Amino acid sequence: FYLTPPQVNSILKANEYSFKVPEFDGKNVSSVLGFDSNQLPANAPIEDRRSAATCLQTRGMLLGVFDGHAGCACAQAVSERLFYYIAVSLLPHETLLEIENAVESGRALLPILQWHKHPNDYFSKEASKLYFNSLRTYWQELIDLNTGETTDVREALINAFKRLDNDISLEAQVGDPNSFLNYLVLRVAFSGATACVAHVDGVDLHIANTGDSRAMLGVQEEDGSWSAVSLSYDHNAQNENEVERVKMEHPKSEEKSLVKQDRLLGLLMPFRAFGDVKFKWSIELQKRVVESGPDQLNDNEYTKFIPPNYYTPPYLTAEPEVIHHKLRPQDKFLVLATDGLWETMHRQDVARIVGEYLTGVHHQQPIAVGGYKVTLGQMHGLLTERRARISSVFEDQNAATHLIRHAVGNNEFGTVDHERLSKMLSLPEELARMYRDDITIIVVQFNSHVIGAY
Amino acid sequence: AAGMFLRVLSDIQWRAAHPRWRRMAGYPRSSSTTAEPHQLALPAQAQVVICGGGIMGTSVAYHLSKMGLKDIILLEQGRLAAGTTRFCAGIVSTARPVSIELKMAHYSNKLYQQLEQETGVQTGYMKTGSISLAQTQDRLISLKRIASSLSVMGIPCEIISPKEVLQLHPLINIHDLVGAMYVPEDALVSSANVSLALATAASRNGVQIHEKTSVSHVTIQKGRVTGVETDRGRIQCEYFVNCAGQWAYELGHSGEEPVHIPLHACEHFYLLTHPLQEPLSSSLPTIVDPDGRIYIRNWQGGILSGGFEKNPKPLFTEGRNQLEIQNLQEDWDHFGPLLGALLRRMPAVEALQIMQLVNCPESFTPDMRCIMGESPTARGYFVLAGMNSAGISYGGGAGKYLAEWIVNGYPSENVWPLDLKRFGTLQSSRTFLRHRVMEVMPLMYDLKVPRWDFQTGRQLRTSPLYDRLDAQGARWMEKHGFERVKYFVPPGNDLLDLDHSKTFYKPDWFDIVGSEVKCCKEAVCVIDMSSFTKFEISSTGDQALESLQYLFSNDLDVPVGHVVHTGMLNEKGGYENDCSIARLSKRSFFMISPTDQQVHCWAWLKNRLPDDSNLVLEDVTWKYTALNLIGPRAVDVLSELSYAPMTAEHFPSLFCKEMSVGYANGIRVMSITHTGEPGFVLYIPIEYALHVYNEVMNMGQKYGIRNAGYYALRSLRIEKFFAFWGQDLDAFTTPMECGREFQVKLDKGIEFVGQEALLEQKQNGVYKRFTMFILEDHDTDMDLWPWWGEPIFRNGRYVGKTTSSAYSYTLERHVCLGFVHHFDEKTGEELVVTTDFINQGEYEIDIAGQRFQAKAKLYPFSSLFTQRRRKDEVELSGYQRE
Repeated sequence: FYLTPPQVNSILKANEYSFKVPEFDGKNVSSVLGFDSNQLPANAPIEDRRSAATCLQTRGMLLGVFDGHAGCACAQAVSERLFYYIAVSLLPHETLLEIENAVESGRALLPILQWHKHPNDYFSKEASKLYFNSLRTYWQELIDLNTGETTDVREALINAFKRLDNDISLEAQVGDPNSFLNYLVLRVAFSGATACVAHVDGVDLHIANTGDSRAMLGVQEEDGSWSAVSLSYDHNAQNENEVERVKMEHPKSEEKSLVKQDRLLGLLMPFRAFGDVKFKWSIELQKRVVESGPDQLNDNEYTKFIPPNYYTPPYLTAEPEVIHHKLRPQDKFLVLATDGLWETMHRQDVARIVGEYLTGVHHQQPIAVGGYKVTLGQMHGLLTERRARISSVFEDQNAATHLIRHAVGNNEFGTVDHERLSKMLSLPEELARMYRDDITIIVVQFNSHVIGAY
Repeated sequence: AAGMFLRVLSDIQWRAAHPRWRRMAGYPRSSSTTAEPHQLALPAQAQVVICGGGIMGTSVAYHLSKMGLKDIILLEQGRLAAGTTRFCAGIVSTARPVSIELKMAHYSNKLYQQLEQETGVQTGYMKTGSISLAQTQDRLISLKRIASSLSVMGIPCEIISPKEVLQLHPLINIHDLVGAMYVPEDALVSSANVSLALATAASRNGVQIHEKTSVSHVTIQKGRVTGVETDRGRIQCEYFVNCAGQWAYELGHSGEEPVHIPLHACEHFYLLTHPLQEPLSSSLPTIVDPDGRIYIRNWQGGILSGGFEKNPKPLFTEGRNQLEIQNLQEDWDHFGPLLGALLRRMPAVEALQIMQLVNCPESFTPDMRCIMGESPTARGYFVLAGMNSAGISYGGGAGKYLAEWIVNGYPSENVWPLDLKRFGTLQSSRTFLRHRVMEVMPLMYDLKVPRWDFQTGRQLRTSPLYDRLDAQGARWMEKHGFERVKYFVPPGNDLLDLDHSKTFYKPDWFDIVGSEVKCCKEAVCVIDMSSFTKFEISSTGDQALESLQYLFSNDLDVPVGHVVHTGMLNEKGGYENDCSIARLSKRSFFMISPTDQQVHCWAWLKNRLPDDSNLVLEDVTWKYTALNLIGPRAVDVLSELSYAPMTAEHFPSLFCKEMSVGYANGIRVMSITHTGEPGFVLYIPIEYALHVYNEVMNMGQKYGIRNAGYYALRSLRIEKFFAFWGQDLDAFTTPMECGREFQVKLDKGIEFVGQEALLEQKQNGVYKRFTMFILEDHDTDMDLWPWWGEPIFRNGRYVGKTTSSAYSYTLERHVCLGFVHHFDEKTGEELVVTTDFINQGEYEIDIAGQRFQAKAKLYPFSSLFTQRRRKDEVELSGYQRE
């Protein structure tokens, strides 16, 4: 079984999406030129989600990737809701009041976010009322708490993450009279999701990360070469600080059982996540909710199963680590991606491939014979290979697609091997997950001219 | 290497027999240490100043000094032969499709061959021969056509099989070849040394050479060159020669009055390698593989190989630019496809080590032909540039012709195809040039079939009817920037796309044009002929008439309303222009000439009309749309539209009247058609064009009117033996030689230009005769079609070449027009051509090596003419333009 290049392309391009920040009067005054995003499923259905939106009541743009586990429900909910929580956290007091008054008096609401969605990125219609009520409760509290201080982005991000996770937990505990919704909120709470979110406002870039997705900055050096700067820390067993943190939060007696086989309690890879109430609620609470819950939940072995050595919950938090970076003209792009990408590619390669893609072929180092002994045949081989590399660039109109092509199709020489690409993409559903993970990528391109003018 | 000539100091006295100089040229490396240059100040005055010390400048200097001019200065901004000349690949190739270019290359080859002996400077001349390969049958046909013209010029040349290629050059992969052309006398030279040799000889003949001297601009007063400004002072001069190569355009634009020299540089790459293990013989022939877009020559035991890629890199669009000069580096990725073609052609060189990829800009022109001649606006300002990367092949011949031009007023050959005046300001836009040269450079090696057109720089000049005609299926060609209809594709009749319609055989539009011709013969057709050059000449007194009587050979003192066909002749009686002149009033004339005469004719008249403010010459080309109504029913259409009788009694042939057509008044109607068919040309002020066209088409419907294009016109005029200036007629053809004595009034009482020469011809007879040939055993469907430039054989001996050809739908035969000479069988001397000589021969036309029997005629088939003309003057004249 063999896929032709057009078949490969149609698979790779099925979920690609691009957004260009509109120009006014021939100028784009935003520090963001636009972004490309794409995802390639390995799970069926895919458990990754992505979101992108422009804040309409404050400045800035939000972008995020979400990697779900134990189902996609949590990742789906977070992808729909998190940006609203962040946006609301950033809103000044007067705007919050205005919005609340509008809702109160049944007037049209100020739009808060402008979403940039691929047609496959859906929002749950059934839950929107429920989600809205929770959000409204949040802003009402913010109005009551009015500190009079200006909103700090870092704090807003942390608050939004924590609040959403809290709401997910509460909604599951309270339940819903509608049986569909009741089951939905429980699935959301019992599944989990990591989140890696970027907020870009002028030269201020904030990355809020929970879990093992990753944010990476592509920097062009003076000589034209590309390097990568990490803007997030993975929250997993490979991160010593993270292991240390978890250990600090629990009695010494649990030290050995906390992290086993590089997993939290021997079960969970990410050390921070949304949902996953099995790692957050007390055993009693879990049992009560499961028992009173719908049959489907009861029949599920996973939800009934209590993690071993479960003494002092919560073991898991959704609190993000926030990194602030002042953008410089040499910071050309940002890559947000779920661990599916980072498992297969080193960030340095990611920086180079995206960098060369975005700047076009021109930056392929010109060949100079100089004093070397090169034969015509060798030169011909070299040129042929360079042309092949360029033509694979031209196949893609989307940096994220281009990156996925490399992630899946790269051979040992770092060039895309069509045969390998074809094999990897034609794996049957049940086998795909063995060879690769869901991959979700957002590549944000920055506007160096605007950044340089700050 | 070619340009190892290193000298640091400028202004060396280039004295004849200077022993040090001779040593320097022979052993260039040692020169910088041994030479003790003799400083020279720039003189304040000279007769000729040549700008540019490349192959062109030195060749002009060489030939001017040989012709006896003494007072010549050559200025070079850097060092001699250090520009494109230094980097040029040094291939002297005579295989050129254009006859004048072939002659230049042939002369260059002969000149270079003896140059070392003449000057003592080593030129590296080596007669290696060249082989042009054909990968396709079509390519082989085009090579055979060139081979035919080389053979009749006495240049050895043969079409050989792939196996014979292998015998001549053992490294060539011949598996994909269908044949080749071998030219054994083609040569290799060191182009820089050829240039230095020419400079040496010139300096011995008294030419002063100043290096490191750049010309900032040329001063022009009252339309004449007065001097040049350099960075080292001013030189007064009578003649200036711009041989600045790729900088010629800029130099032309640097003065207050611009001289437009349309050329543009493109990067050109070639590869040098180290020697082969067993070094290649220096006598190995040069290989040209146009289908692979490459050339390969032996070079110091290794090879030199370059080519003309599909995606050229133009540069210096915004003028000389230091950044771009620095960026002129090896671009291997760009050269990749050519390298691939090289390795396919010569697999054995795979193991050769690379020495260098040379990036050497070459200048290209809008029509792939070089530029020479005098500026139409500044007398004494001469140009020789734009060699389309064949500078070394043309250098000798081009320098010779230009020198003759300066000294004698005109070169010894017809160089109109290369004349600067074929261009005007309209080809001088930087954008146009940039786009056009990107098409021209790949065209160097593209297959050129009959009737190919440029695709870039189009839709610049158009008739107001362009959109209307286009919507009706018009297919377009371009002349002097003007879009003209070839033919109209009827609805639902899809022709092949451009690439597939390229053929040397019967083209896909054959039946379409046939039906347009039929309509011209039986009903009425409309052809938009707005591109023609139109001038008005008027005066307050008789100045206009007197001047025209002097400048034109026919008698223009005719009653008002008459149209006269007449030549505008030079002193030798040759056609500088062939036109129709209508006498609008006692004191004003309306003159129609071919489209590409706009610049040349204007300059010719401007330079010769008396400086009299009461005599006005105006170019009104843009003011009128010209509609040609051809066919027996034209008269009905027009009389219905004008309510005026148009029959022969009221409106005889060769008349001109202003009348109304539809609502529009003041339409200038002339009873000429340029085809010999009955009909009219309407000169319509452009704002009325659409109205008149619509009226004509509506009214014409009941007479079966349809649109037609130039291909129909061409077929009609050629079957009636109408000569066309620029194609059949040129500055070396007199009315006597093409049966147009009746357009010459030797007895009109006023002496006119060329009269003396014509009188002499009348007494002594002519040495060539314009003749019409009807192909006898030619199968239109199966055989190669004639084009132009085919050799004519009389009783098996070469007597001349065709100048144009067309299929005659009436005769159902191909008709070729061309000139027959009479070469003495023993001496080759040209003898007088008599009517008997023409009539008493058996003729054959050679199309790509295959000969077809032809019947010669000196007069057209009278049966083709349907109408009697005014007086006895049949409209034999024509002066078609296409």
